[in-house]
Amino acid sequence: MTLTSLAFYLFASVSVASAFMVIAARNPVYSVLFLILTFFNSAGLFILMGAEFLALILVVVYVGAVAVLFLFVVMMLDIDFAELSEGFLQYLPIGATVGLILLLELLLVFGASSRLADSNPLPRATPEGMTNAEALGRVLYTDHIYYFQAAGAILLVAMIGAIVLTLVKSNNPRRQNIAEQNARTKEDGVALVDVKPGQGL
Amino acid sequence: MFNDIGLILPELVLFLGAMGLLMLGAFSSKDATRTVDFGAIILLLVAAVLSLTQSQNGYATAFNGAFVVDGFAALMKALTFVATAIAILMSRDFMAREKLARFEFSVLLVLAATGMGMMISANDLIALYMGIELQSLALYVVAAINRDSLRSTESGLKYFVLGALSSGLLLYGASLIYGFSGSIEFAEIAKAFQPVDGQLPIAMTIGLVFLIAGLAFKISAVPFHMWTPDVYEGAPTAVTAFFAAAPKLAGMAIFLRVMLTAFPDAIIAWQQIIIFVSFASMLLGAFAAIGQQNIKRLMAYSSIGHMGFALVGFAAGTQDGVSGVILYMTLYAIMTLGTFACILSMRREGGMVERIDNLAGLSQTRPFMAACLAIMMFSLAGIPPMAGFFGKLFVFRAAIDAGLYGLSILGVLSSVVGAYYYLRIVKIMYIDAPSEDDYQPMPRELSIMAGVMAGFALLFFVYPAPLIELSNGAAAALLNGAGTDVVTGLLSRP
Repeated sequence: MTLTSLAFYLFASVSVASAFMVIAARNPVYSVLFLILTFFNSAGLFILMGAEFLALILVVVYVGAVAVLFLFVVMMLDIDFAELSEGFLQYLPIGATVGLILLLELLLVFGASSRLADSNPLPRATPEGMTNAEALGRVLYTDHIYYFQAAGAILLVAMIGAIVLTLVKSNNPRRQNIAEQNARTKEDGVALVDVKPGQGL
Repeated sequence: MFNDIGLILPELVLFLGAMGLLMLGAFSSKDATRTVDFGAIILLLVAAVLSLTQSQNGYATAFNGAFVVDGFAALMKALTFVATAIAILMSRDFMAREKLARFEFSVLLVLAATGMGMMISANDLIALYMGIELQSLALYVVAAINRDSLRSTESGLKYFVLGALSSGLLLYGASLIYGFSGSIEFAEIAKAFQPVDGQLPIAMTIGLVFLIAGLAFKISAVPFHMWTPDVYEGAPTAVTAFFAAAPKLAGMAIFLRVMLTAFPDAIIAWQQIIIFVSFASMLLGAFAAIGQQNIKRLMAYSSIGHMGFALVGFAAGTQDGVSGVILYMTLYAIMTLGTFACILSMRREGGMVERIDNLAGLSQTRPFMAACLAIMMFSLAGIPPMAGFFGKLFVFRAAIDAGLYGLSILGVLSSVVGAYYYLRIVKIMYIDAPSEDDYQPMPRELSIMAGVMAGFALLFFVYPAPLIELSNGAAAALLNGAGTDVVTGLLSRP
């Protein structure tokens, strides 16, 4: 057993186990933390396959942004997840059926592609002697600059849209004015009142 | 690289300008809506002029064939940009009075116009998809821009969900087409999609059908029209005015380009689809509009019907047909914008009214508005000598030359049925007794627009040659791929 296959089984088993824990955990915060563990292990699997760019993206985008966003949502919204996930075992039969069909399809595809691979080797995704981050970097800003910038424009529109449709301009925004705070003196902020005993204010 | 940038100059001006206006609106201390609106109109007009001057370059591609500039793209882009600019101009009074005036509206419309320009100039499947998405995303947002109104948010959501579905269909079709041709470029796809024994292989046809479904959704042709009435009715009227004109021009332009440059030899496969879509759109547009009480809903069915008429020329697949479609879409955009200039003026003391009954006796209370709307209705119905008649004349003539007699006859018949509901509006305005409360006077911009468009529709027959020649030149440029210089060719005409 080589080191590579050892690493594969480690990453694979941990990611399957933590994926199971995502749906099994009672506390939604634990679920999100297990989700992050799943992402990290899947990133490890990508590295084993030589797709280090995808591994990096997975960690940066999914762990760095999406999972953190989930955590925020889970913590800030008062949703009773335990009640929501109650009785989800009743969906087990249909879920198992879907999973089984998926497994069969994957086996079919693998069977077909392994036979095809013998007769007709697939072209390599990256040129020889180049990491795939480098290969992507070479074309992303040169050959495909138009598509790349167009995607950027679409994201800009999405951002403007989200702001237009949700931002409510408050008439009374409580902004911090640091200069004003620093300029406050004891006389502005404190009033000494001589309270007579037994009378109150 | 610099050559490439020269070719995308109109889109670049719009995109950078939109970002500049966004900064201006976001950082200016007082309300910058007015400045941003006028900035947007100027940007759009500059982009329209730039794209017209580009047709002097003839046929050129940029970014490894992703982006194409030719006489067809130049003309369609200029029309789209001008239609967007007119929509912004017409929206200003409405948005201010409905308390919807926000600078983001014009910025989003400019970004949508950028997307439309990218769509019209798309020369491969990824560029096509990117352009469509940039346009659509901005449209979803402006449909829901009146976020306090249930109808407006509902229309935005409905448009978004159905639009996402249609994008999915389009992408699925694109993936199949890529799978069979091994290329995303239209020219390469054209080489791969060759009929075998007079028939396109069935698997290729499936990809083609999905692509057509996605594109037909964008121009709201039957059977992909379901979103149109609800979105048109729910969206603020100024937004509906925009939806009815510019996106339809751009959608039809890219539909023509995809079919005629990527699948020229597969015409036997797509011609029958276009014939069916055209036929169904004309019939639905004619019959479903009869019972409508809301004028915006009526205009939605009217636009479905008009897409059907334009597709008659498309179904012919000839140069005359394409030229007819371009002419038809241009006249349609002008008539629709003119009609919406009148609809945007249907304002009483208590606010906007949208029911057709509310127009009763308009000829006595607001004779100018009634006259403009009546001319538009005659023109939309296709009654000679109005502009709308010539649009129909050219598409039907092309269809008859191509041997599509059945489609032409059905088109004429449904046009007769459609005339009923257009003329009913004229009857309500001129014969029915006016109701008590009066309309407020037309805002100046709207009355100028309505007057200009009505004058155009009325007097088009006096000197139709320039527009017809522009359409012919653009059609030739699209079909031959040659550098036909549309604009200077016209200007230097003896």
